[in-house]
Amino acid sequence: MTAITSSAASPRDYSLTGRDARLAVENGLAAAEWYHTEIPRKQMKELMQRSDQPAIRDTIIWLGAFVVSAAGGIWFWGSWWCVPFFFVYGTLYGSSTDSRWHECGHGTAFRTQWMNDAVYQLACFMIMRNPVTWRWSHTRHHTDTIIVGRDPEIAVMRPPDLLRVILNFFGILDAWHAMTDMVRNAAGVISAAEKTFIPEQEQPKAIRVARIWLAIYLVTIALALYLHSWLPLMLVGLPRLYGAWHHVMTGLLQHGGLAENVIDHRLNSRTVYMNPISRFIYWNMNYHVEHHMFPMVPYHALPKLHEMIRHDLPAPTPSILAGYREMIPAFLRQLRNEDYFLKRALPPTAKPYREELHNDNPVAAAAE
Amino acid sequence: MSDWVEACAAEDIDEEDVMRFDHGGRTFAIYRSPDDEYFATDGLCTHEKVHLADGLVMDDIIECPKHNGRFNYKTGDARGAPVCVNLKTYPVKVDAGKVLIQIG
Repeated sequence: MTAITSSAASPRDYSLTGRDARLAVENGLAAAEWYHTEIPRKQMKELMQRSDQPAIRDTIIWLGAFVVSAAGGIWFWGSWWCVPFFFVYGTLYGSSTDSRWHECGHGTAFRTQWMNDAVYQLACFMIMRNPVTWRWSHTRHHTDTIIVGRDPEIAVMRPPDLLRVILNFFGILDAWHAMTDMVRNAAGVISAAEKTFIPEQEQPKAIRVARIWLAIYLVTIALALYLHSWLPLMLVGLPRLYGAWHHVMTGLLQHGGLAENVIDHRLNSRTVYMNPISRFIYWNMNYHVEHHMFPMVPYHALPKLHEMIRHDLPAPTPSILAGYREMIPAFLRQLRNEDYFLKRALPPTAKPYREELHNDNPVAAAAE
Repeated sequence: MSDWVEACAAEDIDEEDVMRFDHGGRTFAIYRSPDDEYFATDGLCTHEKVHLADGLVMDDIIECPKHNGRFNYKTGDARGAPVCVNLKTYPVKVDAGKVLIQIG
């Protein structure tokens, strides 16, 4: 990995309806053909195979952990003993749902589609992401990963808003935006940005879900008021705040500090080795280059895919800590120079792709 | 009048798999179902023009490799987001070990 300062002069416009959105289309960065490592069809088919068994096993453990931690939190409510139970419950609710939403949204976790749909809906509610809006935003994220003006899921835009990042470890801004979006959608309003990636026929579904969710939150608040207790909100809603830390910690590593406006996931995504608990919470999305390159491969097959193609990828980041050790200085540097980014070095055995993308000015290079 | 065009040998496609076939500047996907029947559709996903032949066949479903959009390859029906537009299908027959499709 080396650090690069690009010579591009003008500030970025991350709006999906702004100048860079138009430039991305003109420059061929929108819906471009992305690099992928060659894998023989027979092996790819094996990797893509769906199975209910791993996800059913994981989901039984997951739901069981929800029940046990919620029961402990309720039982010990009013004493400090409830804290470790709510820590676990909150992390499951506010963080593990990020990966469940994601994997089930791709339809790869389970072979049986209704199982994907059921976990998807539950996880979307907990992580406060409208299941219609976010299905389409994530589709765009895969089409135009970290393309400025096109990708609606760029977690850290340049220059980085570090206060926002820190607040989101406690879910504060994300939950606020989720709530205001929910109320707006429930009122029947789809924003101009949402209209850029949600097809018209899907928009009423987003409104319907928002209305159902709003009703659930109102009932929860009413119950809390009736009981004169925070407990209902500790179980529904607030865990999205006090349990968000893990999904933000892992999510920032996906693309943080890396290149924008390149069409090679090896340059804008990060694979990080993680401990088994984080991998369970995160459902192996730490293999993020692999996931973006081959989104058809289920989470449980990503370690095998990683071994198969690692010769063609940048060296994986060895730990979460190592990821932050390279990412935080890059964020700080981007406060002074937003064109700065971490340039990924490909191994000597890697197959090059669009050599100009590896030059110092990816915006200009991609535009050629 | 539409012509029958030879796409490939029947044995070229594994069971429950798909193969790309290009002809006359167009691209098609030829499927072999788990029941050993053959089907053909347009080769590109109606969502973002990705080659379906790189996707996964499960029973009567073809899943696009880019965004996991699903179609019933026997009928061409789009089976949910992010695909909204059905795939065009083509008649197929197997004759003397060859797969032929009728391109309209």
